[in-house]
Amino acid sequence: LSEPQQQPGIGVDQWVADSEARSRTLRGRAVELYDRTPAVVKLLALAAPFVLFPLFVESGYLMQVSIDTLVFVLLALGLNVVVGWVGLLDLGYVAFFGVGAYLYAALASEYAGRHWDAQWALPLVVLSTAVVGFLIGLPSRRLVGDYLAIVTLFFLQIWLVVVLNSQFTRGPNGISDIQPLDFFGHQVTTLDGSYYVLVGALLVVVSILYLVNQSRTGRAWRALREDELAAELMTMPVARLKLLAFAFGAGVAGLAGALFAAQQGAIFPSSVAIPLLITVYAMVVLGGAGSIFGVIFGAVLVNASLEALQTPENASVLFFSALVIGLALVLRPWWRFAAVAAATIVFGIVFHAVAGWLDPSLTEGTTVGGARIDDLVSHWVILPEGIVTGDGLPAGPFARLLYIGLVAAVLGLTLVRNRLWRDVLLVPTAYFACVVWENIMLPQPSVSRFVLIGAMLVALMAARPEGIFGTKRVEIV
Amino acid sequence: VDWDKLVQLLVNGVTLGSVYALVALGFSLVYGILKLLNLAHGDVVMVGAFLGWGILSWLGGAESPAVAVWLLITVMVVGAMIGCGFLGVAIERFAYRPLRRAPRIAPLISALGVSFFIQNSVLLLFGADFRSYDTDFLVDVDVGIDWGPLIVWLIRLVVILAAFAMMLGLWLLVTRTRLGRAMRATAFDREAAEMMGVDVDRVIVTTFFIGSALAGAAGVLIGLVFFQINHFMGFNYGLKGFTAAVVGGIGSIPGAMFGGLLIGIVESLSVGYIEDFTGGRLNSAFRDLVVFSILIVFMLLRPQGLFGKPEVKKV
Repeated sequence: LSEPQQQPGIGVDQWVADSEARSRTLRGRAVELYDRTPAVVKLLALAAPFVLFPLFVESGYLMQVSIDTLVFVLLALGLNVVVGWVGLLDLGYVAFFGVGAYLYAALASEYAGRHWDAQWALPLVVLSTAVVGFLIGLPSRRLVGDYLAIVTLFFLQIWLVVVLNSQFTRGPNGISDIQPLDFFGHQVTTLDGSYYVLVGALLVVVSILYLVNQSRTGRAWRALREDELAAELMTMPVARLKLLAFAFGAGVAGLAGALFAAQQGAIFPSSVAIPLLITVYAMVVLGGAGSIFGVIFGAVLVNASLEALQTPENASVLFFSALVIGLALVLRPWWRFAAVAAATIVFGIVFHAVAGWLDPSLTEGTTVGGARIDDLVSHWVILPEGIVTGDGLPAGPFARLLYIGLVAAVLGLTLVRNRLWRDVLLVPTAYFACVVWENIMLPQPSVSRFVLIGAMLVALMAARPEGIFGTKRVEIV
Repeated sequence: VDWDKLVQLLVNGVTLGSVYALVALGFSLVYGILKLLNLAHGDVVMVGAFLGWGILSWLGGAESPAVAVWLLITVMVVGAMIGCGFLGVAIERFAYRPLRRAPRIAPLISALGVSFFIQNSVLLLFGADFRSYDTDFLVDVDVGIDWGPLIVWLIRLVVILAAFAMMLGLWLLVTRTRLGRAMRATAFDREAAEMMGVDVDRVIVTTFFIGSALAGAAGVLIGLVFFQINHFMGFNYGLKGFTAAVVGGIGSIPGAMFGGLLIGIVESLSVGYIEDFTGGRLNSAFRDLVVFSILIVFMLLRPQGLFGKPEVKKV
């Protein structure tokens, strides 16, 4: 007979039973401290870096990027209500962003001939987009996930068609003389002003979302996310709760759209499309759907990365550091990582030398990246001459096969079960990835970043579906 | 009534509809078995169109094909079917299988990622320009049926017949073979089928292969009839395919077929008549609005679709 295991007695929660042991570790104490901090203090701690940020920033470009980031944070928070708390797949979400932006343009622009003050225009925009969201959700058969996904995706398409083709929205030209926010006669025209308006909006939205999440409604939302049937049997009005969440998300997106339009002074149909949708999803999922802090973190991280990836100068720095950090996280303990990294570098040097000796044209191309790392790397990865054309497209089938081969190699690598073999095969794959990056992806950074976002979503779902700060969920069968 | 116009629009509608039906079938098959909305399905159609285009250029292009035209078209369709079949299997293996026990929303987000990845990979490799099949060089535009108002260009006839042949083949496969029986069993109750000795993983992989192969064929047929392809075309065909499957009854094969035809004909008719009916206020770009209203009407009045059975939730 084996020793009886130390288990909590019947009726005692495992979590409660462990609390003593947990509070002794460093991490346990940190969690305890976090749990005991009042929400107001947490909110202030969260707001402080955002409020102080402009004091340290001189460049207008950086300020503009921060403003865009805040818009994205707002947008991601709204999607978090729908996806993170209620678990509905709303694929038309960004259309509500567009609805909000155009509605604001209709209320306050030269073109529409109306000049509403922001304190009246913004609440009206939020309410109307919430109503639109409600109406779109209504016909979906009891708002079961997949039907909702199709209806909302189609709604996004309809939105694009209407905006591109109708008279009022001026089609692809967009509306470009939207007036800035005007609170009781005080116009917000400076970048700093717009920034602080957005921070204020963010504080209000975060507080409301926090309170809603703590409320009866918030608990009901999470309950029906975990088990809809059980929630229904507990007499929760499931359809109404879902519509409420849906309208809530739409309202937040509408607010983000209105603030965006007012800050930019213009809105174009191309601002609202599939890439925006996927980007917002990536933010919510990466940060951790369901966690307010996680979503804010995810939005800042994703938007900063996307912005950095737009120019070849920064793109390589980001790519190589992400590669190194990613490998370091996956390959533990540290000596595994060190061995693989060293082997990759040696492999590259040998491969480069052999390739140059066999056919000098394989190494005589030039890199388009401007960062120092690119100069360094160009002596290490092979750069075949003329692999891309002038506009950055692959010149021939060889380059396309190289890319497809890399995708196949990475996917194949995940199937290798033996750890040693996987590490060994990782070496040429990592080198291969650097070759494809320098030759094929770097010439078109604005497309490559979306490729990376797509790949990130798939990898994240397979490896860590709860994201960075989310809580792990278990499907109960 | 302008009969010539009406008949022509109907012919267009049936052509478009048979392509939609093929897309809807693949989507519906996968949904039936995994209860999973394969959002990447539209992009598989797009990859099929590019594979067909690649084979066409590899074999000399439309102006000077290296082999007989009928053989060329067959090779294009079969090549795209095989390529897309394997693409579908890879998508299932790497994006969906690890998530089979995850919360319902996880595979959908993964599918979103796959769709975006494929779309932008094609954009990265081929650029945003439209590519043309140049079918008018391949097949003479004047050849075909010409009975009074009914004029059907030969290539359209081929496309419609090919689509229906594939649908018939699929229907026979599902109703008459052992594999089909295993597929139906898995769709009905996966766990029970597993306990009865059905190799569920193999059934799922086969289903993905067949569904994606149909999507690949649809991609080539689209290229043949409508000439132009680009990296973003998958969105429209995926969306209409989903709609067709929902309208026909998700999970039902005849449903997907009729749903596809219905959506195709409605879309074609609204292209032709929307300006007349709205006094020129709405142009043909608003055809999607009409299709969307059809979807909403079905959602409200007959949510299980034309051929679907109302879902009964088992507890």
